[in-house]
Amino acid sequence: MSRGLLAIGVIAIVAVLLGTLLASHLPRVSSTATPRAVAAPAPTAPAPPGRKIKARLFYVGDDGMRLTSVERDVAYGEGAVEQAREIVAAQIAPVVEPMVSAVPPGTKLRAVFLTQSGEAYVDLSRELASAHPGGTVNELLTVYTIVNALTVNLPAVTAVQVLVDGKEVDTLAGHVDLRQPLSKNLAWVQ
Amino acid sequence: MNARSIPHISAAATLAFLMALAAALSSQTAAPALTLLSKEGRRTLPLAMVADQEFVGLDDLASAFQLAVREDALGAITVSYKGKTIVLTPDQALASVAGRLVSLPAPPSRSGRRWLVPVEFVSRALGPIYDVRLDLRKPSRLLLVGDVRVPRLTLRYDTQANAGRLTIDATPGAPSTVSQDGARLTIKFDADALDVTNPLLPPPGPQSLVQAVRLVDATTLAVDLGPRFSGFRATSQQVETAARVAIDLVAQADSTPAAPAPPPTPPPEFLPAFGQSSSAIHTIAIDPGHGGDDEGVRSAVLKEKDLTLAVARRARGAIEARLGLRVLLTRDDDRNVPLDERTAMANNNKADLFISLHANGSMRPATTGAAVFCAAFDKDAAQAAAGGTERLPTFGGGLRDIELLPWDLAQTRHLDRSEAFAGLLAQQFQGHVPLASRAIDHAPLRVLESANMPAVLIELGYLTNPEQARALAGETFQNNVAQAIFDAIVRFRDGAAGGTR
Repeated sequence: MSRGLLAIGVIAIVAVLLGTLLASHLPRVSSTATPRAVAAPAPTAPAPPGRKIKARLFYVGDDGMRLTSVERDVAYGEGAVEQAREIVAAQIAPVVEPMVSAVPPGTKLRAVFLTQSGEAYVDLSRELASAHPGGTVNELLTVYTIVNALTVNLPAVTAVQVLVDGKEVDTLAGHVDLRQPLSKNLAWVQ
Repeated sequence: MNARSIPHISAAATLAFLMALAAALSSQTAAPALTLLSKEGRRTLPLAMVADQEFVGLDDLASAFQLAVREDALGAITVSYKGKTIVLTPDQALASVAGRLVSLPAPPSRSGRRWLVPVEFVSRALGPIYDVRLDLRKPSRLLLVGDVRVPRLTLRYDTQANAGRLTIDATPGAPSTVSQDGARLTIKFDADALDVTNPLLPPPGPQSLVQAVRLVDATTLAVDLGPRFSGFRATSQQVETAARVAIDLVAQADSTPAAPAPPPTPPPEFLPAFGQSSSAIHTIAIDPGHGGDDEGVRSAVLKEKDLTLAVARRARGAIEARLGLRVLLTRDDDRNVPLDERTAMANNNKADLFISLHANGSMRPATTGAAVFCAAFDKDAAQAAAGGTERLPTFGGGLRDIELLPWDLAQTRHLDRSEAFAGLLAQQFQGHVPLASRAIDHAPLRVLESANMPAVLIELGYLTNPEQARALAGETFQNNVAQAIFDAIVRFRDGAAGGTR
């Protein structure tokens, strides 16, 4: 199957190269020809240019007890689920000092589900709990980073339940109840 | 006897016997199985234990419920029944049921070539799309298919000097008849089977009027009577949706045979006062956070689990010695106690205050200061709890005259007094224990939510701040905290006794 994919990839790349070659040479060969017809396949071969949306992402504030929000460009996602996935992926991506993320390093996004009633289920890898440094405030900031990233940026999402490694969990580190979806809470944002 | 009816009767008798056996053995350790009961009969599906959860084979369910199971190339498992589908994904504790997401306690598990699903799959995923009603009784490992009458029985025996009362609640209500047959009473229920999960009765003494209660067939209980038994009187009444049979048993009078047996007095009604504030403080539960392999926040000089236990012991010493109150520690050594057990210990011992001790951690090393947390609930949950004052059937079957409150919402009734106590703590900390910029906070903290009494969680300080960690490890700080907790309890008690908050 991977060999098939590879072949399709190679064909696609060759098609793009041929297309650009032809597009640049054709007008000289025959200026009256219709270059549009030749260039037409080009848009389907490469990925569409990176369309972005603006989203508020959350990081640990200077006081270490609250989150602070930052506006960032996040990849556009087609539909609410795709967009939710892009926002969470951007939110949990590593950041450089002086920014500090409340999401433990190494945490990966496994899946995002959205119910009709607006509850999002965000399934993150086990590092979210296993690499968590502990402490009530740290845990609150981790949880509300994810809850707020979706509820603040996507009006369709009213509450978020965090899953770890595909499973419902009681807590991440022994404090915050994760058995139900949590709604937006800006009390933890400066 | 008509020869034709014999096979029918013997089949029914065998069925009844097996049902009784299944019910009687359900709580024992024999190979676990889920018993399906329907008008057509009974069958069992083997259960498998995976990580302490009960699982059932998808192939077994498919043959029992005429389901089509298909696994696609991407790994999704599609279960269809009459044009409706359930989609399961390996590694996901979720199922899409006719387009709606439902959660499961665990993801599907593969065993060789078979797929196993948690038994809750039957009620949460299959139930909504199935033609007839599916009633999963997980504690008794029963699955009722369609309209079968299987009341849950709850038994209680109250004993007096020369009499006793056996109370049996059947939910939903099922009529019954009580008759005496020598040294035993039989109680025959008009039902298809009985669901008995609680251990029938505590072990009797030789003088007990009731020696044993057992199931003799699918719908009949037998009460073995002690030698002192002389008579009984049975009364039945409807209590909400349950049918209650009360059997008053009278013993032979010991030395004065002529004296009439005293009429049995009704047992005291069991009425736990949910949400009611008592005016006095008798018992305090202190919960040293974390423990065992759960070390909590770690610093170079101190682990959270050790700090919380040390402070809890100091506070207990002060309170017991100087206030004479009873103090319970949810753990008194280095072990991991599940959060629900910690709260349960406080609830079961009717503690008047619950104090959970923790130390904080921040991603910013400069962060310092103690804080007191109260529970926070989503609005919907708080409203549900506020409206939930009606009387409801209990989980184990039967009805009790108690005000039932969901376990996870018990704290909603006590938030005012929890906040009052948090305020007293913050006051007492001032000048003795460094406080964070926001000294009192609210959060959905798991250990507080089920506490059926005023409850707070104290964050003693930040172990991620090296200087504060050293201070927290010291005797001065720990004594100051214990003293502040002591002073806050005194003020809380005096305020409560004086009728004010």
